[in-house]
Amino acid sequence: MPKITMNINGRETSTEVENRTLLSTALRENLYLTGTHIGCDTSQCGACVVHVNGKAVKSCSVFAAELDGATVDTIEGQANADGSLNVIQQAFQDHHGLQCGFCTPGMVMSAAELLKVNPKPSEAEIRDYLEGNICRCTGYQGIVNAIMAASGQDVPSIAAE
Amino acid sequence: MYDFDLVIPTSVDEASTAMKADGAQALGGGQTLLPTMKQRLAAPETLVKLSGLSELVGVNAASGTLSIGGATTHGQVADEASAYPALAALAGNIGDPAVRNRGTIGGSIANNDPAACYPAGVLGSGATVVTNTREISADDYFVDLFETALEEGEIVTGVNFPIPDAANYQKFDQPASRFALVGVFVAKFGDTVRVAVTGASNGGVFRWSEAEAALNANFSADALEGLAVDAGDLISDLHGSAEYRAHLVGVLTRRAVQACS
Repeated sequence: MPKITMNINGRETSTEVENRTLLSTALRENLYLTGTHIGCDTSQCGACVVHVNGKAVKSCSVFAAELDGATVDTIEGQANADGSLNVIQQAFQDHHGLQCGFCTPGMVMSAAELLKVNPKPSEAEIRDYLEGNICRCTGYQGIVNAIMAASGQDVPSIAAE
Repeated sequence: MYDFDLVIPTSVDEASTAMKADGAQALGGGQTLLPTMKQRLAAPETLVKLSGLSELVGVNAASGTLSIGGATTHGQVADEASAYPALAALAGNIGDPAVRNRGTIGGSIANNDPAACYPAGVLGSGATVVTNTREISADDYFVDLFETALEEGEIVTGVNFPIPDAANYQKFDQPASRFALVGVFVAKFGDTVRVAVTGASNGGVFRWSEAEAALNANFSADALEGLAVDAGDLISDLHGSAEYRAHLVGVLTRRAVQACS
């Protein structure tokens, strides 16, 4: 089996994989990084989004064996150095951007890429960017609010308050 | 999925050699191939990785032509194809951001999904598909559903797009799959107009020649009045009947023409 070495969350990490092993499987089953969730396994739902060489990808749709030498960032590497939640994660907590939490790792990783390419997105831009991340609990408004807040923008008040 | 041999070549020459093996299959971004392999609808014995080959990656505009390397991702085309805004917009609305970070133009047109966006852009522009052995005009390239003029082992190394005077792509999203329920690409070169339709036909992308003739005479949405594609040849599924798709082709073509002017 090929041995691959990736820089995962800032640490050189080697593991042996079959050619057919998906990145999502390698992360979860070889490296025990189970924060990356496998929802649909058909690249629809986005729960498995991680960053490969700085770009958001669906880790269920990439072979780990393709990524020897790559830099991979997962949800486990998102917290601040002192272990506290980073600004996006904290905003998800503050604005009820999650309920069951299954989609959250992918949502946070997609949001992180969005804010990197577009630091002050509009609500429409946020919704458009999250097109490939499916949440079945929240109705998305809390997620959108969290990303608005994480980007330092005013959060629309809740109409029914 | 079944296991396979993985070849990671360092040049197109090496990739071409590897593709001569029995059961070899090119691997672009894998955004269609991996789900297909998971369902065991494909079981290649050897995958030859093309993404990451630097000679296949890039977007370059020179003397009226936009050249895109076969392994260039949709995201890179969206960001860098400013010389051909309609094509950049098309690329920027394929799938979702994570898919656009992996999926490639070569992979898309080699697969020739009947609802994919790129085939409409390539055929609508009258582009030239460049492979490791020859050049193929778009009119000869797209043959049928998931079928192209590519031979066994042939690799799409790039696509050369003549840059039109005006162009626009209208996509009616199928929101679950993010493919086109129907998509229409209109491009105007001097007095010649090309109209390519994706998502609608059982035979894959096609040119709507009646609309082209009408628009050649009068490039305005009004010129399309009374024209309709024959619903008999169109896809009918739970997302939309053939008649609905035929109607959409007319609506989207008019919108694309309006957006051009």
